[in-house]
Amino acid sequence: MHENKSREALAQMSDMQIYWKLFWITLTLSASTFGGGFVIISMMKKRFVEQLGWLGDEEMLDMTAIAQSSPGALGVNIAIVVGYRLKKVMGALVCTLGAVLPPLVIISVISVFYNQFRDNTYISIALQVMRAGVAAVIIDVVIDLAKNILKMKNALWVIMMAAAFLAVCFFKVSAIVIILICGAVGLIYVLTENGREAKR
Amino acid sequence: MIYLQLFWAFFQIGLFSFGGGYAAVPLIQNQIVEGNHWLEMSQFADLITIAEMTPGPIAVNSATFVGQQIAGLPGAIVCTLGCILPSFIIVLVLAWLYMKYRSLKVMQGVLTGLRPAVVAMIASAGLSLLSLALFNASLFDIQLSDFRVVEAVIFCICLVLLRKKKAGPILIIFGSGIVGTLVYCLMR
Repeated sequence: MHENKSREALAQMSDMQIYWKLFWITLTLSASTFGGGFVIISMMKKRFVEQLGWLGDEEMLDMTAIAQSSPGALGVNIAIVVGYRLKKVMGALVCTLGAVLPPLVIISVISVFYNQFRDNTYISIALQVMRAGVAAVIIDVVIDLAKNILKMKNALWVIMMAAAFLAVCFFKVSAIVIILICGAVGLIYVLTENGREAKR
Repeated sequence: MIYLQLFWAFFQIGLFSFGGGYAAVPLIQNQIVEGNHWLEMSQFADLITIAEMTPGPIAVNSATFVGQQIAGLPGAIVCTLGCILPSFIIVLVLAWLYMKYRSLKVMQGVLTGLRPAVVAMIASAGLSLLSLALFNASLFDIQLSDFRVVEAVIFCICLVLLRKKKAGPILIIFGSGIVGTLVYCLMR
């Protein structure tokens, strides 16, 4: 029910309101995302799926896979897909602008004051401590996502999740390889299921 | 035409940096330090440090930094555009295909297979960040004596706030930064 209500609210907003909201969300997330693309994906999931209800859980995972299958920075790519999904090319442009503007401004300023910035104790403490908060956000999202996979009650997906985790975390297998293999497994699974259904 | 050279260099970086994050570093080094001699190696190391300490993807951060150093703000903008243009085009094509064909059974199969993989990759990223936060070391170099109590307490409080109170992520991140810095300053 919650989801339907949120989608209705989205339908009632004017285009400008939606663009502005998309721009503002990607801007604030991009400005506060320390620690790489997966952090921004976790934060986007919290905003767009849990708080706003504009996107579904599974959609968010599909879009993450798309963002990972393209070259370039994950944090920018995910903004492009989400923008496109909600508001086509114009939405993609607005979200890209929101995602790129903070690093552009921050680095421009820092490249002028680099030495002072690097040697400031408070800044380095704050940056170290913030990692704890960032880690909490990601772990929180992972718990929700893993629960969903477990809820599918299919051993194959659970084993694949565990295997992919070991492969990435301990054997440093690249994302592309994981995506290709898991996509192929899913494809074979669906095709063989279809075959079985046809025989019945 | 320096703008064109900058644009082209970062266009290639954007086009070939698969895998995100640090995967882009050797490419950037190759273009910036070895290919075009825009930065010295020591400046490049500084650049990576800044990129790590600030929000935003490493590729976009280095585009801005190099552009700014070589040709000022217009340079920074040109480099950033070059860096994101390839992914903008490719992501749009993939997203279009996804929205057009996602109800197909075949596409469903592929996507269902990808979901557990994506969760695993996010989990792995979370774990390495956690080890960095609690031990200031990567996952395989953890030494128990380096355990940071303050960060561990902040992590637990944040996780409880997120799970039980549905706290917003931005509040959590800046809140932990402010509280943690205060705690460290008081402990001195």
